[in-house]
Amino acid sequence: MARISGIDLPRNKRGEIGLTYIYGIGRSTARTILDRCGVHYDVKVGEWTDEQATRIRTLVTETFKTEGELRSEVQLNIKRLLDIGCYRGLRHRKGLPVRGQRTKNNSRTRKGKRKTIANKKKATK
Amino acid sequence: MARSLKKGPFVEYTLENKVTVMNNATRKTVIKTWSRRSMIIPEFVGHTFAVHNGNKFIPVYVTENMVGHKLGEFSPTRTFRGHSNKKDKVKK
Repeated sequence: MARISGIDLPRNKRGEIGLTYIYGIGRSTARTILDRCGVHYDVKVGEWTDEQATRIRTLVTETFKTEGELRSEVQLNIKRLLDIGCYRGLRHRKGLPVRGQRTKNNSRTRKGKRKTIANKKKATK
Repeated sequence: MARSLKKGPFVEYTLENKVTVMNNATRKTVIKTWSRRSMIIPEFVGHTFAVHNGNKFIPVYVTENMVGHKLGEFSPTRTFRGHSNKKDKVKK
Protein backbone atom coordinates (compact mmCIF):
# COMPACT_ATOMS: atom_id res chain seq x y z
CA MET A 1 0.00 0.00 0.00
CA ALA A 2 1.56 3.24 -1.13
CA ARG A 3 0.44 6.15 0.99
CA ILE A 4 2.10 9.52 0.38
CA SER A 5 1.25 12.79 2.15
CA GLY A 6 -2.12 11.52 3.31
CA ILE A 7 -3.28 10.20 -0.04
CA ASP A 8 -3.76 6.59 -1.09
CA LEU A 9 -2.24 6.10 -4.51
CA PRO A 10 -4.12 3.90 -6.96
CA ARG A 11 -2.07 0.71 -7.06
CA ASN A 12 -3.03 -0.39 -10.57
CA LYS A 13 -1.83 2.80 -12.30
CA ARG A 14 1.60 3.54 -13.71
CA GLY A 15 3.87 5.38 -11.29
CA GLU A 16 3.94 8.51 -13.44
CA ILE A 17 0.14 8.74 -13.39
CA GLY A 18 -0.36 7.46 -9.86
CA LEU A 19 1.72 10.27 -8.35
CA THR A 20 -0.49 12.89 -9.97
CA TYR A 21 -3.30 11.90 -7.60
CA ILE A 22 -1.44 14.01 -5.04
CA TYR A 23 -2.49 17.68 -5.11
CA GLY A 24 0.45 19.73 -6.32
CA ILE A 25 2.06 17.00 -8.41
CA GLY A 26 1.44 16.90 -12.12
CA ARG A 27 2.94 14.86 -14.89
CA SER A 28 6.25 16.67 -15.10
CA THR A 29 6.83 16.76 -11.34
CA ALA A 30 5.94 13.08 -11.16
CA ARG A 31 8.57 12.36 -13.79
CA THR A 32 11.30 14.29 -11.99
CA ILE A 33 10.45 12.47 -8.76
CA LEU A 34 10.67 9.08 -10.40
CA ASP A 35 13.89 10.03 -12.18
CA ARG A 36 15.51 11.13 -8.96
CA CYS A 37 14.44 7.93 -7.20
CA GLY A 38 15.59 5.79 -10.09
CA VAL A 39 12.20 4.20 -10.70
CA HIS A 40 10.94 3.61 -14.22
CA TYR A 41 7.80 5.60 -15.19
CA ASP A 42 5.97 2.50 -16.34
CA VAL A 43 6.24 0.54 -13.11
CA LYS A 44 2.80 0.27 -11.52
CA VAL A 45 2.37 1.82 -8.09
CA GLY A 46 1.53 -1.55 -6.59
CA GLU A 47 4.74 -3.02 -7.95
CA TRP A 48 7.07 -0.57 -6.24
CA THR A 49 9.33 -2.29 -3.78
CA ASP A 50 9.07 -1.12 -0.18
CA GLU A 51 12.47 0.49 -0.45
CA GLN A 52 11.49 2.42 -3.59
CA ALA A 53 8.21 3.49 -2.02
CA THR A 54 9.92 4.91 1.03
CA ARG A 55 12.46 6.72 -1.13
CA ILE A 56 9.67 8.31 -3.15
CA ARG A 57 7.72 9.17 -0.01
CA THR A 58 10.63 10.95 1.66
CA LEU A 59 11.45 12.86 -1.52
CA VAL A 60 7.87 14.05 -1.93
CA THR A 61 7.37 15.05 1.67
CA GLU A 62 10.72 16.80 1.98
CA THR A 63 11.09 18.73 -1.26
CA PHE A 64 7.57 19.42 -2.51
CA LYS A 65 4.74 21.45 -1.12
CA THR A 66 1.65 19.30 -1.50
CA GLU A 67 -1.93 18.89 -0.36
CA GLY A 68 -3.03 20.98 2.64
CA GLU A 69 0.13 23.04 2.84
CA LEU A 70 -0.09 24.02 -0.82
CA ARG A 71 -3.82 24.66 -0.65
CA SER A 72 -3.39 27.02 2.29
CA GLU A 73 -0.58 28.83 0.48
CA VAL A 74 -2.83 29.44 -2.51
CA GLN A 75 -5.60 30.66 -0.23
CA LEU A 76 -3.18 33.03 1.51
CA ASN A 77 -2.07 34.46 -1.82
CA ILE A 78 -5.67 35.15 -2.76
CA LYS A 79 -6.37 36.61 0.67
CA ARG A 80 -3.46 39.01 0.29
CA LEU A 81 -4.94 40.26 -2.99
CA LEU A 82 -8.32 40.69 -1.29
CA ASP A 83 -6.83 42.59 1.64
CA ILE A 84 -4.83 45.14 -0.30
CA GLY A 85 -7.87 45.98 -2.43
CA CYS A 86 -6.17 45.83 -5.79
CA TYR A 87 -7.92 45.08 -9.05
CA ARG A 88 -7.19 41.36 -8.93
CA GLY A 89 -8.56 41.22 -5.41
CA LEU A 90 -11.76 42.92 -6.48
CA ARG A 91 -12.22 40.38 -9.26
CA HIS A 92 -11.76 37.54 -6.78
CA ARG A 93 -14.33 39.14 -4.52
CA LYS A 94 -16.88 39.37 -7.31
CA GLY A 95 -16.15 35.85 -8.58
CA LEU A 96 -15.22 37.08 -12.03
CA PRO A 97 -12.20 36.20 -14.15
CA VAL A 98 -9.05 37.77 -12.74
CA ARG A 99 -6.73 37.87 -15.73
CA GLY A 100 -8.57 40.17 -18.07
CA GLN A 101 -10.69 37.65 -19.94
CA ARG A 102 -13.94 38.80 -21.49
CA THR A 103 -17.11 38.48 -19.48
CA LYS A 104 -19.68 39.26 -22.15
CA ASN A 105 -19.99 35.53 -22.81
CA ASN A 106 -18.45 32.44 -21.35
CA SER A 107 -16.21 32.56 -18.25
CA ARG A 108 -18.68 30.10 -16.73
CA THR A 109 -15.96 28.48 -14.63
CA ARG A 110 -15.71 31.60 -12.53
CA LYS A 111 -19.30 32.77 -12.77
CA GLY A 112 -20.89 29.39 -12.15
CA LYS A 113 -24.08 28.04 -13.66
CA ARG A 114 -26.06 30.38 -15.88
CA LYS A 115 -28.64 32.43 -14.02
CA THR A 116 -31.47 32.96 -16.44
CA ILE A 117 -33.46 36.12 -15.99
CA ALA A 118 -37.15 35.28 -16.00
CA ASN A 119 -39.36 36.88 -18.66
CA LYS A 120 -36.42 38.34 -20.48
CA LYS A 121 -37.71 40.07 -23.56
CA LYS A 122 -37.12 38.00 -26.67
CA ALA A 123 -35.89 39.67 -29.83
CA THR A 124 -38.93 40.42 -32.02
CA LYS A 125 -38.74 39.80 -35.73
CA MET B 1 5.66 38.84 -20.74
CA ALA B 2 7.42 39.94 -17.60
CA ARG B 3 9.73 42.92 -17.59
CA SER B 4 13.47 42.29 -17.79
CA LEU B 5 15.08 42.22 -14.34
CA LYS B 6 18.08 44.10 -15.68
CA LYS B 7 16.00 47.25 -16.06
CA GLY B 8 14.61 47.21 -12.56
CA PRO B 9 11.11 48.34 -11.67
CA PHE B 10 9.60 51.18 -13.65
CA VAL B 11 8.73 54.26 -11.66
CA GLU B 12 7.96 57.65 -13.14
CA TYR B 13 11.05 59.77 -12.46
CA THR B 14 9.15 62.80 -11.26
CA LEU B 15 7.16 60.65 -8.85
CA GLU B 16 10.26 58.96 -7.48
CA ASN B 17 11.95 62.33 -6.98
CA LYS B 18 8.96 63.69 -5.10
CA VAL B 19 8.99 60.70 -2.75
CA THR B 20 12.73 60.90 -2.10
CA VAL B 21 12.45 64.60 -1.33
CA MET B 22 9.63 63.86 1.09
CA ASN B 23 11.52 60.99 2.67
CA ASN B 24 14.58 63.19 3.19
CA ALA B 25 12.46 65.87 4.79
CA THR B 26 10.43 63.24 6.73
CA ARG B 27 7.28 64.95 5.62
CA LYS B 28 4.09 63.41 4.34
CA THR B 29 1.65 64.94 1.98
CA VAL B 30 -0.73 63.40 -0.49
CA ILE B 31 0.87 63.14 -3.91
CA LYS B 32 -1.45 63.66 -6.82
CA THR B 33 -0.43 61.49 -9.72
CA TRP B 34 -1.58 60.36 -13.11
CA SER B 35 1.14 57.75 -13.32
CA ARG B 36 -0.88 54.59 -12.86
CA ARG B 37 1.87 52.63 -14.57
CA SER B 38 4.42 53.25 -11.83
CA MET B 39 5.46 50.28 -9.74
CA ILE B 40 5.13 50.64 -5.99
CA ILE B 41 8.64 50.42 -4.54
CA PRO B 42 9.53 49.96 -0.84
CA GLU B 43 10.28 53.69 -0.50
CA PHE B 44 6.60 54.43 -1.13
CA VAL B 45 5.37 52.55 1.93
CA GLY B 46 3.47 54.77 4.33
CA HIS B 47 2.74 57.51 1.81
CA THR B 48 -0.63 58.32 0.38
CA PHE B 49 -1.06 58.78 -3.33
CA ALA B 50 -4.03 60.26 -5.09
CA VAL B 51 -4.16 58.11 -8.20
CA HIS B 52 -6.14 59.33 -11.16
CA ASN B 53 -8.70 56.91 -12.57
CA GLY B 54 -9.60 58.98 -15.60
CA ASN B 55 -12.27 60.89 -13.75
CA LYS B 56 -11.05 61.74 -10.28
CA PHE B 57 -8.25 60.99 -7.87
CA ILE B 58 -8.59 57.94 -5.64
CA PRO B 59 -6.58 58.10 -2.42
CA VAL B 60 -4.34 55.07 -2.01
CA TYR B 61 -2.50 54.48 1.24
CA VAL B 62 0.49 52.28 0.46
CA THR B 63 1.21 49.38 2.79
CA GLU B 64 4.00 46.84 2.81
CA ASN B 65 1.90 44.22 1.00
CA MET B 66 1.36 46.46 -2.00
CA VAL B 67 5.02 46.58 -3.00
CA GLY B 68 5.49 45.18 -6.47
CA HIS B 69 2.04 46.14 -7.71
CA LYS B 70 1.31 49.11 -9.94
CA LEU B 71 -0.41 52.21 -8.60
CA GLY B 72 -3.20 51.83 -11.14
CA GLU B 73 -4.30 48.52 -9.66
CA PHE B 74 -5.69 50.36 -6.67
CA SER B 75 -7.71 52.90 -8.54
CA PRO B 76 -10.50 51.18 -10.48
CA THR B 77 -11.46 52.82 -13.73
CA ARG B 78 -14.86 51.26 -14.31
CA THR B 79 -18.08 51.57 -12.40
CA PHE B 80 -20.57 48.73 -12.55
CA ARG B 81 -23.84 49.52 -10.88
CA GLY B 82 -25.53 46.22 -11.64
CA HIS B 83 -27.96 45.23 -14.31
CA SER B 84 -31.30 46.94 -14.58
CA ASN B 85 -34.11 45.21 -12.72
CA LYS B 86 -37.25 44.08 -14.53
CA LYS B 87 -39.49 45.71 -11.94
CA ASP B 88 -37.71 49.02 -12.26
CA LYS B 89 -38.41 49.03 -15.96
CA VAL B 90 -42.12 48.37 -15.42
CA LYS B 91 -42.37 51.28 -13.02
CA LYS B 92 -41.06 53.64 -15.65
